[in-house]
Order: sequence, then C-alpha cells, then structure tokens
Amino acid sequence: MSEISKTASPATARPLMKTLLPWIGFFILLLALPNIFSSNVGLYTMNLMGIFVIFALSYNMLLGQGGMLSFGHAVYFGLGGFMSVHFMNYIEDGDFTFPMYLIPIFGGLIGLVFGIIIGSFSTRRAGTVFAMISLGVGELMAASSLIFVAFFGGEEGVSGDRTTGPDLMGINFGQDIHIYYLIAGWVFVTVALMYLFSRTPAGRMANAVRDNAERAEFVGYSQRKVRFVSFCASGFFAGIAGGLFALNFEIVTEENLNALTSGTVLLMAYIGGVGFFIGPIVGAVIFTLLQSILSNYTDIWQLYVGILFVLTVMYVPQGLTGIFMMHTAAWRMRRVGSLILPYLRAGVPALAMLTGIAAFLETIHHMRSSVEGETAMSMMGVDFDSHSFVAWIVILALVVVGGYLTRSQLPQLKEAWEMANKPPAQREGAGS
Amino acid sequence: MLELIFFSLLNGVVTGLLLFMLASGLTLIFSMMGVLNFAHASFYMLGAYFAYTISIYLGFWVGLIVAPILVGLLGAVVERYGLRYVHRWGHVAELIFTFGLAFLIEEVVQFIWGKDTKAYHEPEILQFPLFTFFGQNFPAYKAFMLVISIGIFILLLLILTRSRVGLIIQAAIHKPNMTAMLGHNVPLVFMGVFGVGCALAGLAGVIAGPALGTFPGMAFVLGSIVFVIVVVGGLGSLTGAFVASLLIGLLQTFAIALDYSVNDLLQLFNISFDADSALRDLWTLSLPQIAPILPYLLLILILIFRPTGLFGNRET
Amino acid sequence: MKLKTTILISAAVAALTAFTAQAADTIKIAFIDPLSGPFAATGTSGFKQAQFAADMLVNQKGGVIDGKMFEIVGFDNKISPKESLVQLKRAIGEGIHYIMQGNSSGVANALTDAVKKHNDRNPDDLVLFMNYSAVDPALTNEKCNFWHFRFDANANIKMNALTDVIAADDSIKKVYIIGQDYSFGKAVAAGAVKYLGEKRPDIEIVGNELHPIGKVKDFTPYATKIRASEADAIITGNWGADMVGLAKAIGDAGIESPVYTYYAANDGITKTIGASGKDKIRLVHEGRVNPPPTDEYKAYHMAFKEKYPEADISQFRIANALVMLANAMNQTKSTDPAKVAMALEGMEYTTIQGDKVVMRAEDHQLMQPISISVHTDENIILDADNSGYGLVTEKTISAADADIPPSGCNMERPAS
Repeated sequence: MSEISKTASPATARPLMKTLLPWIGFFILLLALPNIFSSNVGLYTMNLMGIFVIFALSYNMLLGQGGMLSFGHAVYFGLGGFMSVHFMNYIEDGDFTFPMYLIPIFGGLIGLVFGIIIGSFSTRRAGTVFAMISLGVGELMAASSLIFVAFFGGEEGVSGDRTTGPDLMGINFGQDIHIYYLIAGWVFVTVALMYLFSRTPAGRMANAVRDNAERAEFVGYSQRKVRFVSFCASGFFAGIAGGLFALNFEIVTEENLNALTSGTVLLMAYIGGVGFFIGPIVGAVIFTLLQSILSNYTDIWQLYVGILFVLTVMYVPQGLTGIFMMHTAAWRMRRVGSLILPYLRAGVPALAMLTGIAAFLETIHHMRSSVEGETAMSMMGVDFDSHSFVAWIVILALVVVGGYLTRSQLPQLKEAWEMANKPPAQREGAGS
Repeated sequence: MLELIFFSLLNGVVTGLLLFMLASGLTLIFSMMGVLNFAHASFYMLGAYFAYTISIYLGFWVGLIVAPILVGLLGAVVERYGLRYVHRWGHVAELIFTFGLAFLIEEVVQFIWGKDTKAYHEPEILQFPLFTFFGQNFPAYKAFMLVISIGIFILLLLILTRSRVGLIIQAAIHKPNMTAMLGHNVPLVFMGVFGVGCALAGLAGVIAGPALGTFPGMAFVLGSIVFVIVVVGGLGSLTGAFVASLLIGLLQTFAIALDYSVNDLLQLFNISFDADSALRDLWTLSLPQIAPILPYLLLILILIFRPTGLFGNRET
Repeated sequence: MKLKTTILISAAVAALTAFTAQAADTIKIAFIDPLSGPFAATGTSGFKQAQFAADMLVNQKGGVIDGKMFEIVGFDNKISPKESLVQLKRAIGEGIHYIMQGNSSGVANALTDAVKKHNDRNPDDLVLFMNYSAVDPALTNEKCNFWHFRFDANANIKMNALTDVIAADDSIKKVYIIGQDYSFGKAVAAGAVKYLGEKRPDIEIVGNELHPIGKVKDFTPYATKIRASEADAIITGNWGADMVGLAKAIGDAGIESPVYTYYAANDGITKTIGASGKDKIRLVHEGRVNPPPTDEYKAYHMAFKEKYPEADISQFRIANALVMLANAMNQTKSTDPAKVAMALEGMEYTTIQGDKVVMRAEDHQLMQPISISVHTDENIILDADNSGYGLVTEKTISAADADIPPSGCNMERPAS
C-alpha cells in the first residue's frame, strides 16, 4: 500500500490542490466578509455566526458523526464560557499574564475535562439512554448554575473585560471588528481540526459505530471507546465556542448552559443537515440570520423557525444541505440546467403561497397584539389595513391560487427531476 | 412543626398526583412505542389553554370535560399523521420530532393566546377554604385536584387490569410484535393510547391551570420532571410512575419546608469552614436550594445503575 | 454553500440598511425590558407608559430642540442579562444613543457595565443609560458610573422609609423576609435586617428566604412556612409574576399578617390580591396615585387609561425620566450624550405631581419624596387593574428626609 501511494505522489498533487482549494476559499471569505458587511449589525451577526458554527459543528460530532442524540450539549459550551470569563478576570486583576486571544483554550480544556467525566458513564450506551442521561446532566448543570454563585454568578452571571492583558500588535480587541478577526481565526482553525478529526480513524470509526455498532465491534473497535473519544473531542470544541462567546459578549450567564441553548444547537445542526460536514455550518448561519434579522421584522420569527424545524424533521431529514446535495448526481451529469425552469414554475406559485401564509399569520398577530383601533400595518414594504376586507381577500387569493398552482406544477417537476437523475448508464450500456 | 409537616405532606401529595396524571400517559406511550414524547407536557399546556378559552364562554365545568377530549383528539392526529410518518426515519428522528413539536406548540400557544399569563381561575364554588388547621387554610380547589387525580388513577388501574382493551394494551406493552401477530390492530392501539395519554395530560392541564398559572412556559417547567418520573418509575410500570410521582412531589414541597444546610449538618460534628473560600457555596447549601437538582441526580443515577427503573422489568 | 450564504447575507443586510435609514428629526430611545416571558406584563406596561409619556409630555409639547420627536423603540431582553447585551448591541447598531431599562437589577448591572465599556472604547458613539426602576443600591454606589442615571429611589432609601412605618407599629414582634434570589432581592433582605436592627432591635427576624426568580409556580409551600413561623409582618421585594404568586398563596393560606412590599400593585397584582389584601398590603413607592396630587396628573392618568384601558400608570418615574431627558437636551441644544449627561447632573425638576426632584450629581440618584400606600377599595379615585382596588397614600416622606448619602461611588467623568 505504502509503495503505491509513494509512487502515486505526483498524481496526488492535483487532488491535494483540489482539497486545499475550498479551504483557501473559506479563508479568503472569512477575511473579506467584514469588508462587505461593515455595519455594526453585520459584524455582530457574523461574530455570533462564527461562535455558533463551531458550537454546531461540535454538536454534530455527536449526532451526525457518532449517532448520539444529546439534549445537554450546552453544558460544555457554558462551562467553557464560564471558565474563560473567570480567566479573563484573573488577567484583568493581574493574577497572571496571558494573551486574551488564547483564552478560548481554557474553555476548550474545561469542556474536555467535563467531556471525560460525563462521557465516562454516559457513552456506555447510545440511543435513548444516552439522550436521557444528557438531558439529566443538562438540567443538573443548569440547576446547579443558579446555586453555586461563586462560580456561576447566579442570575446575573459573570462579566469580564477583554481589553486587558498583553495585546496583539497593539490591538486590544476593544472593537467588534477586532473580535471578528479573532473569531474568524478560531473558526478557521477549529473547523479545519474538526474536519481532520472526521478523517482520522477515530472519526471514521464513529461513523461505523453510528451505522452498525455490532459490526464495528467485530472489526475490533470497542463501540464505547469510539463514542467516548468523539464525546470528549466534541466537549473540547464546544468549550472553545463557549470561550469565544465569553470574549465576544464579555458576560456569561446560566442561559449559556441551560436546556434552551442545548435545544438551539440541536435545531441548528438538524436544519442544516446532520449527515454532512458543512450541514451544521449552514444551519448555524441560517439560524443566526433568522434570529438577528428576521426578528427585526416580525415578533413571531420563532414560530417560523418552529415550523421550519418540524417540516425539516418530517420531510427532509437530511436537512437543507441535503436538498442541495441531492443535486450532485444531476450536477455531475451537467443536467442541473434542465431543472431551473421546472423549479421556477413550481417555485414562484409556492413562494406566493408561502407569502400568503406568512401574511395571514402576521395579520392575525397584528390584530391581536396592536393597540385598540390601530389597524395600519406593513409587511415586506407593503402598507395595508389589517382589518380591511381587501387585505384578507388578497391573502386568501395568495394562499389558494398559489397552493393550487404549486400543486398543478408538481407532476412536471417530478418528471423533470427523474429525467435529470436518470442514470446515463442506459446509453453507455447500449453502446457496449 | 406539626403544622408544617401536615401541610407539606398534603401539598406534596397534590403535586405528586398531578405529576402522575402526566406521567401515566407518558409511561404507557413510552413503553409501547419506545418513543419518549418530549411534547407530552405541551399537551398538558394545551389542556389548560383550551379549558381557559372554553371557560370564558361556557364555564369551568364544560372545559373540564371538553378540553381533555380535544387534546386527546389532537394527540391522536399527531400520532397518526406525524409520528407514524416520521417513524420511517428511525427512533432518533422520532425523538427529535417530538422535541420540535414541543417547541412548535409553545410558539403556537404564544401566537394564539399571547405571551402573558392568562386569568384562568378556579370556579367560584370551589373558592373557599375547605378546612382550617392550626389557623392555616386548605383551599377546596386543592382537595378537588386531589379527588380528580385519585379518581383517574383508580379508573386507569381498573381499565388496564379488568377490561379487554386493558389486556391488549398490557400485551402490547410487553410483546408488541406478538400482539400484532395475534391479529390485534397494534397501530390503532398505539393511536388510541397516544390519544388517551395526551387527554390525561390535557386533564392535568385543565385542573393545574388555575392553581399553577396558565402561561406559555408551563410545559417547559414540568416537561423534564415528568421524564424523570417515567425513567425512575420504570418502563411500562404504572405503579412505578405512581410511586415516583409521589416521591418527586413530596421531595419538592419538603425541600422548601425544611431549611437545613450542609453547614448545619457539619456543625453537628463541630466542623466549621472558612466563610470566604471559593467553595463557600458548598457549605452553605441549604435543602431548598438543592431541591431542583435532586430529581435530575436521581435520573442520572438510575440510568447508570438501574436502567430498568425502580419498578420496571425492561431496559429503556 | 458559501455563495448561498453570501447571497442570503447580502439580501438581508441590504434590507436592513433600508430599514434602519431613519428620519433625522426623531430621537430614538431604546426601551430594553422583558416584553415576553413571566415578567412580560411588567415590561409591556412600562413600554406603554414610556410611549405615552414621550407622546404626551414631549412630542405634543413640540418635541425637543426645534421639533425633534422622541421615539421609544422596544427591545425584548426576556429579563436575561445576556440577551440585554445582545439587544444593546442591536440598539447601538441601529444608531440609538439613549437606552432605558428598569426591570431587574441583574440586567441593570450588566447594562451599566456594558455601556461603560462601550463608551470607553467608542468615544465617538456614546450611549446614555436611564434606569427607571432597577433599585439595587450598588448601581449608584460601588458600581456607579457617569453614563448611568437612576430615576427610581434605591432599595435602601425605600427600605428606610418602610422600616420607619414598621418600627412605629408596636404590635410587630416577628418579621418574615422573602425575596427573589438575585441582587435586588438580596439588597432588600440586607436593608431590612440593617434598618430593623437599628430601629427596632427587639424585632425577631423569623425567616429570611430567597427563592428562584421567575421559576416558582406554586408559592403554597412558602406560605405554609410563613404561616408556621407565626410572623406578625412580611417584607418582600417580589414583583411581576412572583408577586402575583406570593400574594395568591398568602391569601389562600389565610395569613392575616400585614405584608410590606415594593411592587404589589398593578399589572394584574392588584386584581389578584383583591379583597383578601385589603388594608393588609402596604407599598413603598415614588409617585402618588390616590388622592391624585394635582389636577394635571389626574388628567394625564385618565388620558392614559383612555388609550390603554387594560394598563395602568404603575411607574410614574418613567415620565419623569423622559421629561428630564428632554429638558437636558433643550438646555444644551444638543443630543450628544456627553453634554446631555452633564446637564442631567444636578438637574432640578418639578414633576406633574408637583414634587421637586433633584438628580444628585455625585452618584446620579434622583432624590424624590417617598410614599407609603395601602391597598384598599375605599377613597379610590384612580383604581388599578380596573378592579375597584388601588393604593391610597398614608404617609409621604420628603426627599430630604428619605435621603441616604452615597457610599463608595467614585465616578470617573469624561475629560472635556
């Protein structure tokens, strides 16, 4: 084997270039983003995104790669945050000297330590037992965080100041843009590390154990050990994300490790797609966008997220990334172009229908929550009267007509899809 | 002190029996279908909200009967068109589905009824102190809750042990495949049990709404506690669920009533600690403070050392 | 994925910039408070009062500096310190320089710290924090900072007034203190122990208890404990849902002892207490309702009830804060937070309730008269929760008498 790979080394140079290319693109993208979105809100959103990307990826080491459904992953994120903020305060008090930008390492370490402690008993089994233990541990830590005030700061949490300690080339990370580059750097490094982990034997075996634990045992791997390793690594990266959270917000509270945060990360990973490495990245990016931008426009954005999540679980268990990945076969055969028109034909009425449904929900919500007598509202730049007859007719028409047209377009879409994905083998087979 | 113990006991039993109404449905569903229904407490919340809306127009008593039925029907629909569909993606997907459902129901409740606490009150005729003991009142409504819960427990026990349907359900709990082979329509049984379980949760919501408040977070507050009861009690064991419910109920009230701390214990042995050390919280911990942790500690210990639960005979 | 992300972000951000393009003649004030969750009732009521006060007392009087209008923008912080900082960042991102917050001292502690850090790091983009209700004494003592102004009386000032009343009642021998487990609840407990110890050392504190904030659903076990302790009086700083629950449990258990509170009125609390708390519940607060101190205030209150029939003016200090801000802007002819802050320091103002109030320059604590009122249905002109019940003021302590000097405030002022 080794000889073959040695002799083939000139040939692998191109694939190496090919594997590196996405990473170089990723690096450039991270550098370029703040120049495109330089506003405060843009920076704030991207910082949050970066933190969630690491957190969601670390979660997917459990769910996607290891088949372990955790309802308490926020524990490691939160502990990482608390540990980091305490170290930030030690630096501020001059107790010891350490560069602030490396603080997340402490977060990672505490995540690792707790991963080892909790993993030692929780990874014995997968499935429901694991899920229940993770839930129990999550609730336990959340409840403890309000009791052990010295470490967790009670309801108020612990705050710190990121501008103290030795600075990096004169930058003290006071500005959000500095923190952006700091987070971007950590995102790049940790994403690369997590990707590499998924390529190591340990990462590969995690997949095997997920798919069939018994067979993995026959190959000679203890399923428990494999899960344990993934669990610890996942705790480490979640802790790093927590440390970055502490640096970005300069406050860590019990919310960072409660059930809500654990649920959010599950939501992000699942919506993005747990079966793909970039799935959680997509999920984290979309969730953060919804959270920080959709919430500017509508009070009921969480309702939309809830609907999106349940629909994803029911109909697209492979997540949003999965939808894109479904097209790889057609892409390879250069037939994606033939799908554009059918997509448009079904997509436009579907969009109209969705707009109608959203308008329906928004109008109802407006009627219920606005001040008595105030009927004027606006949605997507259109101003209208929520109590007027016309508005309701338009909404109804959008839903009914949109729904009907979408339905009528489905057969042709299905046909086009089948055409695009028909294996080319037939023609080749006929040729041979 | 006697007064404190008496009332804590009473309150603990009321809370415990209320929890049992939730746990009994959940444990039946869990043991039959293998699905830990995260949304179970959400049906409890829906019960309270339905009853609130009905009580505005038709009064409390109509709500008491109609709301659980509506919740039960909704539960059956969720099983038939949601859970059964998701079943094809496997157990993990089912678990995630119920989790998503819990999230969605909370959002829908906020959308329909708003984010504030609803003024859902006990009926006028139950608004009087039933008896006074050591000068402290015991509200009649609490007694009413007690009676309803005990009634449900007896009814469930009778149905499960004395009726034909009960026998099939028991059979489906222990050997689902065998039951199906015997020609029973197991999917129908599943749907029925899911619906009835949800209806029980709904009933719990109807009677708990006025006492514990009707607000969008009410499901979240009880949700994980009910899991603890089901796991601690043991899979498929109603007795286990009953004992665990009472245990948790009493634990919660007595922990508040009895104000002892680790420090008190240590002082019995004449040990004292530095009040300023970083571990000071450990020494000053009092029983009311650690009360919220105890159920989860119990859950983890049970899962590690006795995965069958206290009264169960099958592993989770 | 990257392309998609880019498109998504650019679309979203483009939409956002269009959205935030604001008219130059409005001054936005961010109202960061719980607009959802267990304390939503208190937060949304405050939001309405702020909007109404801005409209009636500032905008309808011609606005500030040649017609600039106040606009109150709501930001939901879900009563979480972390979420508050998120909302603060959002508000700053939208170009807002004035923020208002009141519910929870925990949140106020986080905000005052974050505002200070922000102003230190961004001297060109300053933010001023008007605290209308968070009364943890530390905020104007050891944690004081130049950008924070408190328009409510702090917990110690209120406790000083409250214990005067308790101390005068010889029938009280045993007191039970119960509060929420966070900085404010602890401050109330500490204040009660301190002042009762000074004024009435013979009073025994039979219970001093903290419960989790916003998480207790059934207060019956606590009521049982209070009853068993045979307390003659109860002191609590509870507010929002925690006050509703506690009041209900105390009523259900048939406890007859008087309850001394900070926030047991309005937002559904008065209605819940109803007849069971008549002449039993006392409140320490600023701003009087019954009898209405001035005709101007009465008209203002009635106009508010007309617009929001379901809400009440429960926090009159919100109006004071906004008018004083407007006055400071008019005085300096500027909306620069640094100049406005300087003008607010030491500012005197006569409220529409006819009270003279002063923003003490040393620690930014507003000095104002404090009242003790009782929950009753007699002599009520302006009721609360449309219940027929309301507060009647029994005693008013002048600003000078209520005063407690600042301690430990070392304020750094910007060099200018």
